[in-house]
Amino acid sequence: MAAPTRDLPSEDYSRYAFKDDIVYATTIPKGLSEETVRSISAIKKEPEWMLNFRLRAYRHFVKRAMPNWGGVLSNIDFNQITYYMSASKKEGKTWDDVPDKVKQTFEKLGIPEAERKFLAGVGTQYDSEVVYHSVRKELTEKGVVFMGTDTALREYPELFKKYFGTVIPPEDNKFAALNSAVWSGGSFVYIPPGVVVDQPLQAYFRINAEQVGQFERTLIIAEEGSRVHYIEGCTAPVYATESLHSAVVEVIAKKGAQVRYTTLQNWSKDVYNLVTKRAHAHAGANVEWLDANTGSRLTMKYPSVYLLGEGAKAEIVSVAFAGNGQHQDAGAKAVHLAKNTTSHITSKSVSKDGGRTTYRGLLKVAKGATGVKSTVRCDALMIDDRSRSDTYPYIEIDEEDAAITHEATVGKISDEMLFYLQSRGLKENEAMNLIVLGFVEMFTKELPMEYALEFNRLIRLEMEGSVG
Amino acid sequence: MTGTLEIVDLHAGVEGKEILKGVSLTVRPGEIHALMGPNGSGKSTLSYVVAGHPKYQVLSGDIRVDGQSVLGKAPDWRAQHGIFLGFQYPVEVPGVGMATFLRSAYQSVHPEKPLDVPQFHKYLKEKLRLVGMDASFLQRSINEGFSGGEKKRAELLQMAVLSPRFAILDETDSGLDIDALRQVGAAINAAASPTVGILLVTHYQRLLNYVKPHHVHVLVDGKIAESGGSDLALKLEEKGYGWLREEPPTPGVV
Repeated sequence: MAAPTRDLPSEDYSRYAFKDDIVYATTIPKGLSEETVRSISAIKKEPEWMLNFRLRAYRHFVKRAMPNWGGVLSNIDFNQITYYMSASKKEGKTWDDVPDKVKQTFEKLGIPEAERKFLAGVGTQYDSEVVYHSVRKELTEKGVVFMGTDTALREYPELFKKYFGTVIPPEDNKFAALNSAVWSGGSFVYIPPGVVVDQPLQAYFRINAEQVGQFERTLIIAEEGSRVHYIEGCTAPVYATESLHSAVVEVIAKKGAQVRYTTLQNWSKDVYNLVTKRAHAHAGANVEWLDANTGSRLTMKYPSVYLLGEGAKAEIVSVAFAGNGQHQDAGAKAVHLAKNTTSHITSKSVSKDGGRTTYRGLLKVAKGATGVKSTVRCDALMIDDRSRSDTYPYIEIDEEDAAITHEATVGKISDEMLFYLQSRGLKENEAMNLIVLGFVEMFTKELPMEYALEFNRLIRLEMEGSVG
Repeated sequence: MTGTLEIVDLHAGVEGKEILKGVSLTVRPGEIHALMGPNGSGKSTLSYVVAGHPKYQVLSGDIRVDGQSVLGKAPDWRAQHGIFLGFQYPVEVPGVGMATFLRSAYQSVHPEKPLDVPQFHKYLKEKLRLVGMDASFLQRSINEGFSGGEKKRAELLQMAVLSPRFAILDETDSGLDIDALRQVGAAINAAASPTVGILLVTHYQRLLNYVKPHHVHVLVDGKIAESGGSDLALKLEEKGYGWLREEPPTPGVV
């Protein structure tokens, strides 16, 4: 067979990699010390307890060894990272308050348009400080709080203190400790009892300046019987040197609450993306993590749900895409601590051009948690022979009646599938794109339309050059 | 020659084994040819080779569309030049919706006749009606969970949407019960038009009760052993394929 043409559909990808020249209002010099931590807290005029929390975390971070599993972390130089930077001193409530330069960046990302269409609220992290926030009036009237985490600490100190750090303590792991010491920005969401938020709450996160670590901290509290969908999308400019993104996301779903948390990530290929995400699901609550990982040099992320109350449910869907020089070490954890709890874990990974994907998951059923049902499914698709995929499913079951199924497949794109699609006029690369998009469709179909389109464009971008 | 699909003294095989040993056949728009023959005679090989399956090798001879050789061309090039293959075993592509797929395929094959989304859906509706399919098919993934009959009709839907000039329908009647066979027969008649030449590849005569071919060819051991009108199919039904093997092959029949 002759080599088919390799044209890609014409899409404008340039907007995924841009950088603008913002004058940063406040920057703390590179490097990490107790002084750095104190400065961050001082700039933010934080209460004493938060400074103490940060210092406790910092001390643990210093003591704690680097993880010796997952990906290669030895290239991270913690002294070459800027831990705090703000583009604007205060948080804007309306579009007019946002600095022009930042606004232009958002326009490239399509945010104002998105907001006009159906956003219930926008919280956008521009480097380390939240600069723009708006929550529709009706949500405010319902008592919904959606704001930057720093602002929430000032405006809702008691609520904040009651829940902050309760799901993921600083001592959880080295990077949770780092985040806890230097955190800045992120979203704070509070949904009062019985309130249903129909439209997704959205935050757009970006890294802009070179070697800026992003250490945002998100806390979602969904009271009894409430419902919310939080969605974050990430793009980042492409830089040659290393950046670090280490976030902590805590979700508390009270009795009967339903929380969905969707992440679409496209960190630039030099970013270390080391994120701790965990939810507490109380009785009858339903927590869903939808997590897509494209981009980054190394991602280590395992969204987890602790099923604390009877009848709680967890659904964790993760999609990972690893190209040349990338390692996506992703997965999920479901920890069943109560009776009749259910979890479904699905992982889909695609590797190409020597990229590596790893599924790493934990399924735990504690003593006393009877009547547990769980399914784990991991599918890996390898585009070529140079790529790699591994599966590490850890299962600890302490109750005999748990109904557990685990399935794992590793596959390649079949010649028959390619031929079938090509015989309908699709070029080889377009046929491959369709097959890959189909492979992750069970994730895409859960996304709001414009995110689904965006995600499909990202996948096509990642697939570029896969043929030939 | 313009307006023809010509297969000229084609020798082809798979994994070093010669299966087609000199096949010649010309199909023009508006014609329906039936290609019959016993199992293993090379019918499916011929179908795949014309469509450009990379597993098969052409050893000698030629395949031409409008006088231009397709040898060495990718399957998508062939599709864009009017060739369509209806698969005996349509392939499932999980997660790819029929509607998306059909639109991408249409755009690839007919860049000269662009249709926007509403226009395309209108176009699609007509074609669905033509092959007797429900619009709910469009919501499903390509061939996934389709019954045997649905898969075959979905092939005919693709043919109708792509409106090729030459369609090879490989065993489109296989594995169907009587009702499904009747539906498929009706769908083929509906898709047939003066602008498409059809090569119906079939083992049994029964499909020909529904679709009347102008020409019938019998492939035996990689060669066309007999060609004739539609009555040849009836003779095969009555006598089987054995007599063709016992007689010396008729040379140069096309």
